[in-house]
Amino acid sequence: MSTPIMSLKNVTMQFGGVKALDDVSIHVNKGEICALIGPNGAGKTTLLRACAGLLPINRGDARVLNCDLRLDRYAVRTKVGLLGHANGLFQDLTVAENMSFWSRLVGASAQDVAQAMSVMGLADRLSETRVANLSAGQRRRCALATLIVRRAQLWLLDEPHAGLDTQGRDELDRTLRSAREAGATVVFASHEIDRAQKLATRCLTVSGGVVSES
Amino acid sequence: MKSVTKSKVISAVLLKDLRIELRSRVLTNQVLPFAGLVLVMFAFALDNDDVLQRVAGGLVWLATLFSLFIIVQRSFAVDTTDGALDSLRVAGVDLSAVFFGKAIALAVKLVALDVVLVCGALLLYRVDLNLNGLVLLVTCVICATTGLGFVGTLYGGLTAGAKGRETLLPLLLLPVVAPVLIAATRATEAAFGSGGAQTSEGWAWIGLLTVFAAVFGVGGSLAFGPLIDE
Repeated sequence: MSTPIMSLKNVTMQFGGVKALDDVSIHVNKGEICALIGPNGAGKTTLLRACAGLLPINRGDARVLNCDLRLDRYAVRTKVGLLGHANGLFQDLTVAENMSFWSRLVGASAQDVAQAMSVMGLADRLSETRVANLSAGQRRRCALATLIVRRAQLWLLDEPHAGLDTQGRDELDRTLRSAREAGATVVFASHEIDRAQKLATRCLTVSGGVVSES
Repeated sequence: MKSVTKSKVISAVLLKDLRIELRSRVLTNQVLPFAGLVLVMFAFALDNDDVLQRVAGGLVWLATLFSLFIIVQRSFAVDTTDGALDSLRVAGVDLSAVFFGKAIALAVKLVALDVVLVCGALLLYRVDLNLNGLVLLVTCVICATTGLGFVGTLYGGLTAGAKGRETLLPLLLLPVVAPVLIAATRATEAAFGSGGAQTSEGWAWIGLLTVFAAVFGVGGSLAFGPLIDE
């Protein structure tokens, strides 16, 4: 039987008079790659940020990695990895220095860092390259490597393919499949239906704050 | 995974900020020349040795405050450019430790700046400095920069995501750092012996600087997390 890692029941989120999420009920199981497909403004980012404990939930029940988001939305933050449109990297530092910074913050060993960089193909000459000098795809890989170092059990990715060329997108898809094989669960938002359907093991459609199975 | 203590987070953030500074050289290539120019321009504007010797302490600290705005904005720009500050928040990192790490890094940069500014004042304004004055001055610089580091980091975090932060930061910060400007100026004047001031007169002002640093150290560590989080 599959293990539910993320469970939302009748979740409603409202900003002012606008409902960003309307009575959303979804379950994501361990090891899934789940795509949230929908147009801009559909509520995908709100859903991801709420699951990362960044936004308070107005109504409904939400449990992510055994943390009740209604009671304590801060507890889940150390367990999930949220990657938005930005990469969360320091431009003036090298890839290795960025990784080292994150490893010190989360208590990861040098071995963990080396492994994460190896998985993301950053262990060669790229490790000593400043982030500012990397391509968009390489930066994305570096950002994902920080999620591995942090041992994030649930990856929440907001438009991970944005800004990447075709080669970068294919590379990212391979990376996410590898992460899944390594035990991570991935939930990503996208408005590119074809690519999302190829990558995901399950697709959900988000429209006007309402989530439904595709 | 090993457990992460607050001191480890502080040292990681401190080293990261100093490493970025060493690499980008914003302090040495932009802030120091700017602060030096401020001292020179004041010398041109006042153009009177007696007046310059009398106001040397105030000019050093005014130049420090003007430079503080640039350093604080730069300190948070490196964290917000690619969403790194947001990532720290999302990752559940102890934000009060981030506050202390950034504040100490800011204070270290301000100390380096003040060493150059004091040397500039000694050269340009021809003020005197004896051993007792030097001890007072060093204490004053350490206490004042610590307080400025705390308050600069707190207000830098507050304005980091705000629209028009370039103008908002000086507007919010200047009134708050007025006590530092007054106390550090009086203590520096006592150290320089400006206007016949005695060195011993400066120590009372050090007390005020210490209280300011303590208040913003404690207050900042409590407020920084919620401010960044909201």
